[in-house]
Amino acid sequence: MNTTAVDTAHPAPREFFVRVEEPPRNGTLLGFWIYLMSDCFIFASLFACNAVLGTEYAGGPTAAEVFDLPGLAVNTALLLVSSVVFGFAMLEMARRRKGAMLGWLAVAGLLAAAFVGLEIREFLIMTAEGAGPGRSAFLSSFFTLVATHGLHVTLGILWLIVLMVQSIRFGLNEANVRRLRCLSMFWHFLDLVWVGVFSYVYLIGVLR
Amino acid sequence: MLEAMPHRAAIWNFLFGRLTIDSLPFLDNNAEGRILLVTLVVVVVIGVAILAAVTKYRKWGYLWRDWFTTVDHKKLGIMYMILGTVMLLRGFSDAIMMRAQQAVAFGPEMGYLPPQHYDQIFTAHGSIMIFFVAMAYIVGLMNYVMPLQIGSRDVAFPFLNNMSFWFTFWGAILFMVSLFVGDFSTAGWLGYPPVSELQQGPGVDYYIWGLQLSGVGTLLSGVNFVVTIVKMRAPGMTMMKMPVFTWTSLCTSGLIIATFPVLTATLLLLSLDRYLGMHFFTSDFGGNVMMYINLIWVWGHPEVYILVLPIFGVYSEIVPTFSGKPLFGYSSMVYATCAIMILSYLVWLHHFFTMGSGADVNSFFSLTTMMISIPTGVKIFNWLFTMYRGRVRYTVPMLWTLGALFTFTIGGMTGVMLSVTPADFLLHNSLFLIAHFHNVIIGGVVFGVFAAVNYWFPKAFGFKLDEFWGKATFWFWLVGFWVAFTPLYILGLMGVTRRLSHFEDPSLQPYFIVAAFGSFLIALGILSFIIQIYVSILRRRQYAVGGDPWDGRTLEWSTTSPPPEYNFAFIPIVHERDAWTDMKAHGYERPQAGFNAIHMPKNTATGVVIGALSFACCFGLVWYIWWLAALSLVGIIAVAIAHTFNYHQDHHIPADEVHRSEQAGNWQTDAEGASA
Repeated sequence: MNTTAVDTAHPAPREFFVRVEEPPRNGTLLGFWIYLMSDCFIFASLFACNAVLGTEYAGGPTAAEVFDLPGLAVNTALLLVSSVVFGFAMLEMARRRKGAMLGWLAVAGLLAAAFVGLEIREFLIMTAEGAGPGRSAFLSSFFTLVATHGLHVTLGILWLIVLMVQSIRFGLNEANVRRLRCLSMFWHFLDLVWVGVFSYVYLIGVLR
Repeated sequence: MLEAMPHRAAIWNFLFGRLTIDSLPFLDNNAEGRILLVTLVVVVVIGVAILAAVTKYRKWGYLWRDWFTTVDHKKLGIMYMILGTVMLLRGFSDAIMMRAQQAVAFGPEMGYLPPQHYDQIFTAHGSIMIFFVAMAYIVGLMNYVMPLQIGSRDVAFPFLNNMSFWFTFWGAILFMVSLFVGDFSTAGWLGYPPVSELQQGPGVDYYIWGLQLSGVGTLLSGVNFVVTIVKMRAPGMTMMKMPVFTWTSLCTSGLIIATFPVLTATLLLLSLDRYLGMHFFTSDFGGNVMMYINLIWVWGHPEVYILVLPIFGVYSEIVPTFSGKPLFGYSSMVYATCAIMILSYLVWLHHFFTMGSGADVNSFFSLTTMMISIPTGVKIFNWLFTMYRGRVRYTVPMLWTLGALFTFTIGGMTGVMLSVTPADFLLHNSLFLIAHFHNVIIGGVVFGVFAAVNYWFPKAFGFKLDEFWGKATFWFWLVGFWVAFTPLYILGLMGVTRRLSHFEDPSLQPYFIVAAFGSFLIALGILSFIIQIYVSILRRRQYAVGGDPWDGRTLEWSTTSPPPEYNFAFIPIVHERDAWTDMKAHGYERPQAGFNAIHMPKNTATGVVIGALSFACCFGLVWYIWWLAALSLVGIIAVAIAHTFNYHQDHHIPADEVHRSEQAGNWQTDAEGASA
């Protein structure tokens, strides 16, 4: 019944421990990726709310009445280009060209800041028109989902500034490269979520 | 929407939000006020005594350096276990108050608790027992045991581990503060709207922010454990050679990552309704109450498996050790764990079959619920077959395991009864349901925690726990549990619903008196446990053990008790399942020389500071003290950023220090322990 199959007939000499100390394996990128997946579940919950509550206008404005699709096209373009630009920065980082990397990072950050600015403008206009988050369940779910994404982008910009300062002061050391890779994942992840927001909340929202 | 501010000078409202002198319920001149006043006095006296003792013996520096700022997974694990035990006392006080109320409140006699207070007590009991007792114990066990089992020096993110603990700790403190400042939620442990929407006052806000804090802590732990298990296993330990407790930790962490964000989002939406006047779960403006109930159970059902899976792992370690045999059906155990992990996501709707989603939807969830009992049954049979023809040693951990097998199996069967939709329409929200989930959570999780504490305590502290008081704890709990909950099964079948503070029908009273007696027996069990710890500390020299007191099978038994800071002087190489049994069978000898310097993380105060600031932030949000909330939030971000400017967060333990520590460790042979 001994299923560990200890072969007592031929006891081979065995190494039982590692004699030379090895540096610990770094799990930061994997850990950050898993964190992003958990963040995905937050967005999934918010999307689910929008799916259920998206037509609960409660006699208030409908999606077709409040969404400004041309403005949205500009907004979406800003974020997508920002993601591409961040990719350029990562390529420069791989070539160890710090100056070029910082330049592209600054462009990516400015594009994202413009995105957030337009989003705040949209929120203010909607609220002024009587389509604020407290007007109906549809608007509650819309504002919450879009603002949660916007808050993520804002924190991303703050993180970007910190990493730019750290890269300037301490150079592209191992820790900074790792952190920039994490931020890069975060940046593209937010882009992907925005594609969902854009197509599901706005485009399908106008149709349904 | 926000509650109106009190009528007083604007400066006071700015400084203290809606907090007034009337918010202190222990000043009220009624029964509730007096109960709280006595509690407050007791808490203050004990608190002052502890603080005075720490100051007198000059232990502040020691506590700060060796415990509060530690990044050592073993110390954090112990801190989680202490937190769980303290909160168990609180949660159990709530339980015994409820049992006492229900035993006396019949007909003209209204009992000693007014309904408003009773509702707070059952809400606090449920949420404390799940979030700050069961979760603290589970995370503590995984923290302590899992890295040792995989032959690692620490978890993947030691600093995050420290911060997770402090988030959980301050969440618990927020719950405790609600006892004396303001009141607590009366909306039940899951805070169902519309009750949680309509209720003004800070109760629900305490509930929301306490859970948000502990939820963030748990989520970070989940990420940490998955990366640790994936990246840091000892060489040779393939996935199918991992100890089963590590497997269950992996699956539980996966569930945490996939469900706790849903809890965070759901509570966020509830707070948006309450603070910003949105309409997610309101009854008007298109809000949908059932949306909340679905979302909270999408988290809530996997949560019970988050609690029980690691405990299945505990049994899977204890049974082979004390049967002197490898685990029967290792692979089926692993697959059963994974199957439960996935199925647990597909059953949430069985908590509200009465929602009216139709026969087809109900049938689907009914079937998935029944299916989940299959892998669970596989596990039970595996443990039975492991014992079959084994040389079973009836130690205290083994007694708890056997008690759990018996109790948990019956709890599982009543669960299958509840999964039958037509039956559920009758039993929904009855005391039968209460008896069922206490049957699985006490009989499965709590018994398993006691088994685990008795099993790994010698590893953590270098001496065994007292057998006599251990057995007394076990028998009081086992008998007490059945005396307390069998009447509730019967009452539930008779149609008595849950959460009532008063009954009209006097024929029900005898059952409640028996149940109250059962909770008294459980109280004796908790007392015995405290005596057990106390007596064992007194007799620690007599009970001292070496590295391997139980003739263990996994790697944690291959190092000293307690293990050194770095766990293993040399990282072990794994050849077989039950790696330590394999090492012993092949004549492993402990290395005496050739030590290397060991790379370890440094302690940090960042976790303590961020935890305390997040408490201040949440307290400000509860009481509308906006300046406090805003300042603390800015503080959290500033401290986090400052932390990343420190690039030297690790150090090396020099080889000669490792050498000295290895000489000093307690390596005595464990012939006595193995034959006990």
